[in-house]
Amino acid sequence: MSRIQTTFDALKQQNRRALIPFFTAGDPHPSLTVPLMHAMVAAGADVIELGVPFSDPMADGPTIQRASERALKQGMSLRGVLNLVAEFRQQDNSTPVVLMGYGNPIEAMGWDVFAQRCAEVGVDGVLTVDFPPEESHDAFEYLQAHGIDPIFLLAPTTEDARVEQVAKLARGYVYYVSLKGVTGAGNLDLSAIEQKLPQLRKHIKLPIGVGFGIRDAVTAQAVAKLCDGVVVGSRIVQEIENSNDATVIANVSALVNELRLAINQA
Amino acid sequence: MYNYPDSTGHFGQFGGIYMAETLIPAVEELRVQYLRYQNDPEFKAEFAYELKHYVGRPSPIYHAKNWSDRLGGAQIYLKREDLNHTGAHKINNAIGQALLAKRMGKKRVIAETGAGMHGVATATVAARFGMECIVYMGAEDIQRQSPNVYRMKLLGATVVPVESGSKTLKDACNEAIRDWVTNVESTFYIFGTAAGPHPYPMMVRDFQCVIGNEAKIQMPEMIGRQPDAVIACVGGGSNAIGLFYPYIEEENVQIIGVEAGGYGIASGQHAAPLTANAKVGVLHGNRVNLMQDENGQITETHSISAGLDYPGVGPEHCWLKEIGRAQYVAINDDEAMRAFHDLCRFEGIIPALESSHALAHAAKIAPEMSKDKALLVNLSGRGDKDINTVARLSGIAL
Ligand SMILES: Cc1ncc(COP(=O)(O)O)c(C=O)c1O
Repeated sequence: MSRIQTTFDALKQQNRRALIPFFTAGDPHPSLTVPLMHAMVAAGADVIELGVPFSDPMADGPTIQRASERALKQGMSLRGVLNLVAEFRQQDNSTPVVLMGYGNPIEAMGWDVFAQRCAEVGVDGVLTVDFPPEESHDAFEYLQAHGIDPIFLLAPTTEDARVEQVAKLARGYVYYVSLKGVTGAGNLDLSAIEQKLPQLRKHIKLPIGVGFGIRDAVTAQAVAKLCDGVVVGSRIVQEIENSNDATVIANVSALVNELRLAINQA
Repeated sequence: MYNYPDSTGHFGQFGGIYMAETLIPAVEELRVQYLRYQNDPEFKAEFAYELKHYVGRPSPIYHAKNWSDRLGGAQIYLKREDLNHTGAHKINNAIGQALLAKRMGKKRVIAETGAGMHGVATATVAARFGMECIVYMGAEDIQRQSPNVYRMKLLGATVVPVESGSKTLKDACNEAIRDWVTNVESTFYIFGTAAGPHPYPMMVRDFQCVIGNEAKIQMPEMIGRQPDAVIACVGGGSNAIGLFYPYIEEENVQIIGVEAGGYGIASGQHAAPLTANAKVGVLHGNRVNLMQDENGQITETHSISAGLDYPGVGPEHCWLKEIGRAQYVAINDDEAMRAFHDLCRFEGIIPALESSHALAHAAKIAPEMSKDKALLVNLSGRGDKDINTVARLSGIAL
């Protein structure tokens, strides 16, 4: 059984919701990525979404754009991200790691090589923002062949027929984008999420994570009541940006812990 | 019979709809609406009316005799898209998309722009049809194309400077896509070139085909036959595909796309993905030849002309190259500058720096051809917007 499924099954038995922090690999520095991952797990993260930096992050707001730029300046690459996951796995063999990014760095490596490397280093899922199901046939086959879960996005604009289509391809969990906009936007509408989720559940039997625009513990708690996992990205990246090398681990731990406690109350 | 793209928007391995999920329903709606109106007699009549009475079509073909004589070989003919209202071919497409936006009930339009010509065209049609207009433009392009920035403002558009990445056309595209994903219900994205997610490459081509369709009637009227070659500059590829597409089935007509060679292909500082055989990749909604490093990060491009300064190219050009129907070459900054000055001095026409690349290639091959051969060059725009750049390069302060 995959780490993602094991994790969500265990959470379900305990009637808990997953906390899924996102941050960009290599930000603020590659040497801090693995320590940050361990610190997040210690502070209560269930799954880690690790961003693969890209030169043209079209779906991201300014906070994650800057994180990508910082990481690329530090020489971060897809190869480098995979090596960091291998390093993380030396001490943690249970927390699922999902890579999130854009298709071109993977295209440049080749999906076959990439999927094989993911399996070798212990990546569990891959979310490619700009590869919708229509364009994911090859990617899907290579990932499946190596037991890596393709994670798909659903959006407020996704209609029923497409939800059904995505339900057939998705593995691991499904990521519902909670607003119309880029990462870090401020226009989250709880009642709209509340209305949409039953429609998704008609077709999606996998756990549903919700993310984009969740900026504080109160919102995280409210969203957690509606779904199986809460993804927090820009807020964590902002914490990294506002810290220095000496304080970043403690600050991010405190933030993740605060989110954990809030979600536990959901 | 050449019949592309297929129903899923692919030209062989190229094209597609590589967009985030939030925008997939929007491009699907656009595809359905375009298919609905594409052959609608009322839509076609309105488009034709606007092209005739607002743009001033058909644009003439001009025999650049002085320049041809000096070059001493093939005769060079110019398709005068520079004489269109707003001064470039971009208006053909902007009107087509605005008419579609109107039918789809969208009151807000957005656009990306490099040289500013597509931004001006979009601001113009937005004023004409009473729509709110936001144009994204790289901060560097705002510097080098400042006359166009003021034109857009006069026309009532909001110009948003884009400070991220290389601060040029690709970054303006990123920012326009971010706007679209945020305002997807109210907003129509008037995309400026024959690239992006399906149906844009097909739709922009169809709107620009008026260039080639006219030329196919005009050339026989002028010289009794079709030209030996058609030549156009290629940024994203809209003016080029507009001229080329109707000529694809004319097997005796050579098709030549001219990319921006910048400081030379060998320097790596250029914007010529096809000529440089750039690896195939995915950006801005489509799979195309793309300038990138070994890690799949998009590399910064260089061209003297803002409208060609883009790391990708439309999928149909990638396909035409792959099947061998068209040939792609690069012209360096200095060669384009020489053609710019020659056309000013010998023909009394100030060409856009983009178009100067196509002119320069014609000037390169004409002397090797006999005098009874004919080259048709798409003069895609006028060069008024470029006078600051040219003056600066000539060491003159305006
Ligand atoms: C006059 C002119 N020609 C050509 C181009 C390049 O675009 P495309 O390749 O889509 O024709 C531009 C773009 O700004 C332009 O302004």
